[in-house]
Amino acid sequence: MAMAMITATPDTGTEAGGAGLHFPTFKPVQTAVYDLLVSPFTDFAFMRRALAGCLALALGATPVGAFLMLRRMSLMGDAMSHAILPGAALGYLAFGLSLGAMTVGGIVAGLVVVLAAGVVTRASILKEDASLAAFYLLSLAAGVMIVSLRGRNLDLLHVLFGSVLALDDGSLLLIGGIATLTLFALALLFRPLALECFDPAFLRGVSRWSPVAHYGFLMLVVLNLVSGFHALGTLMAVGIMILPSAAARLWAHELPALLGLAVAFAAASGATGLLLSFHADVPAGPAIVLMCGLVYFASLLAAPGGLLAGRLPVRHHLES
Amino acid sequence: MHTAPPPIIRFDNLTLGYERHPAVHHLSGEIAAGALVAVIGPNGAGKSTLLKGVAGELRPIGGHIELAALPRGGLAYMPQRSEIDPSFPVSVFDVVAMGLWRELGAFGGLNRRQRQRVREALAAVGMEGFESRPIGSLSGGQLQRARFARLILQDAPLILLDEPFAAIDSRTVEDLIRLILGWHAEGRTILTVVHDFDQVRRHFPTCLLLAREPVAFGPTPQVLTDTLLARARRLSEAFDDHAPECHREERASADEPDGHPPARADVVPLHRHRHAHGHGDDHGHAGHRH
Repeated sequence: MAMAMITATPDTGTEAGGAGLHFPTFKPVQTAVYDLLVSPFTDFAFMRRALAGCLALALGATPVGAFLMLRRMSLMGDAMSHAILPGAALGYLAFGLSLGAMTVGGIVAGLVVVLAAGVVTRASILKEDASLAAFYLLSLAAGVMIVSLRGRNLDLLHVLFGSVLALDDGSLLLIGGIATLTLFALALLFRPLALECFDPAFLRGVSRWSPVAHYGFLMLVVLNLVSGFHALGTLMAVGIMILPSAAARLWAHELPALLGLAVAFAAASGATGLLLSFHADVPAGPAIVLMCGLVYFASLLAAPGGLLAGRLPVRHHLES
Repeated sequence: MHTAPPPIIRFDNLTLGYERHPAVHHLSGEIAAGALVAVIGPNGAGKSTLLKGVAGELRPIGGHIELAALPRGGLAYMPQRSEIDPSFPVSVFDVVAMGLWRELGAFGGLNRRQRQRVREALAAVGMEGFESRPIGSLSGGQLQRARFARLILQDAPLILLDEPFAAIDSRTVEDLIRLILGWHAEGRTILTVVHDFDQVRRHFPTCLLLAREPVAFGPTPQVLTDTLLARARRLSEAFDDHAPECHREERASADEPDGHPPARADVVPLHRHRHAHGHGDDHGHAGHRH
């Protein structure tokens, strides 16, 4: 459908702009590009809101996702996103489709699961994945049961897939606020968190930051999952966190570069995903995550850490 | 080392272990400040466990470890299998610079002098020019050198090294030993788990021979004897899953036959306490946990 737009617009463009211009071929292309990329956002307020939400998610949630990936917790982000379901469902059960109630419920449920799993991990011989899996499975089961107690299918769809094209002021403020808080917290926690990922034993030896970094980070994960769940739904929220980070990891050798690249990938995927959804009339959440996937596969093919790099002809080696 | 320096570590009837099975059994003794101690013994003798206990990563299941007051971060512990994640996107320079944590904390930036010190530390381990390499591109020996460079910057008065020379080529070992001897000359206290008795004889003045039971502790020539080593081998038998509770500690402190405190650095070999297993008494290790 998007392809159809590209081929279709030049015809209409020639008629509109061909009259008094010196470069009759230039204007139509420009118009086509403008129609394709810009006018959806200038013409429709809901698209601007969606774009703002996606950019905020890219700034806040994606760096958190990068650290999730570096801690080898990519799949645990997914697990935790399910863990917030019963809280959101309880909020929904008590107050209807209310942003505040579902947000608070989701955050509380997520934090309870994370803290319980953290305590079990640190005090028992169970590893983090096992203890988290136990709690999130219970949480997910409880969530589905609560939703089914008093839910219509439409509401369930909202929880599972989000509603990035229908972000109201409250949701937008929430997403923006969480992104801001996340950026400040990451700035504070950056060094301890990097060390906690890279060499936790060393961090435990030299400072008391280890638990602060660990639990602080998990709280950031929960907050960003809740913010992502309003826009993309519990099933998709992890996509914009992990996929751009994995793509960036294939290119970057240093942490700051990785974070910057991941944010750029996520922002670009958010914008193109929204456009794809607009032009092709497909749901926005999956479109955004699929765009992230496109970046990921492109990186997988082209990046120095990817698949093709090992098959290219060997460049002549250096002297030392 | 007989009178002057105060002890930096005191083991008081220390038992360390896993799930109630002792891996270090009833160790008493003192390590003087500034000592360079080789911790030796067969596999499974409790050497790594002892270091873990001193580093505070393992809680004693009996007795205790007293450490002299050290500044935070004043104990540098290099575990045998590092938890370093080599796939993490970080340069060699940044890894080594982490050794400056005590000065920088979580927020401080590196000034020019500190950058210079990081480069000097890398040069001291023969790794000039590796600053911007990703950590994942280093070989095992180079990574070990980088960890030593980080130790240099940690500037800790008490250093625990768990098999720092495992799978390292001999030239690197010589370099690293020179570094350790330099630290010794600076008055730091160093406990190192070593397997090569030649290295121990040549470089380490003091030895602690473990075989789960402490076997001997003192000047190296008196510890590295055939009789004591043979005894260490005999003692390191397998875990018995159904071993009865050990009730030795009460007697251990009471029954010092010669009246002198147990196991100082000049006492060789360690007095071996008689076993008092299975004497229906109710005080197990659990009663003495700290």
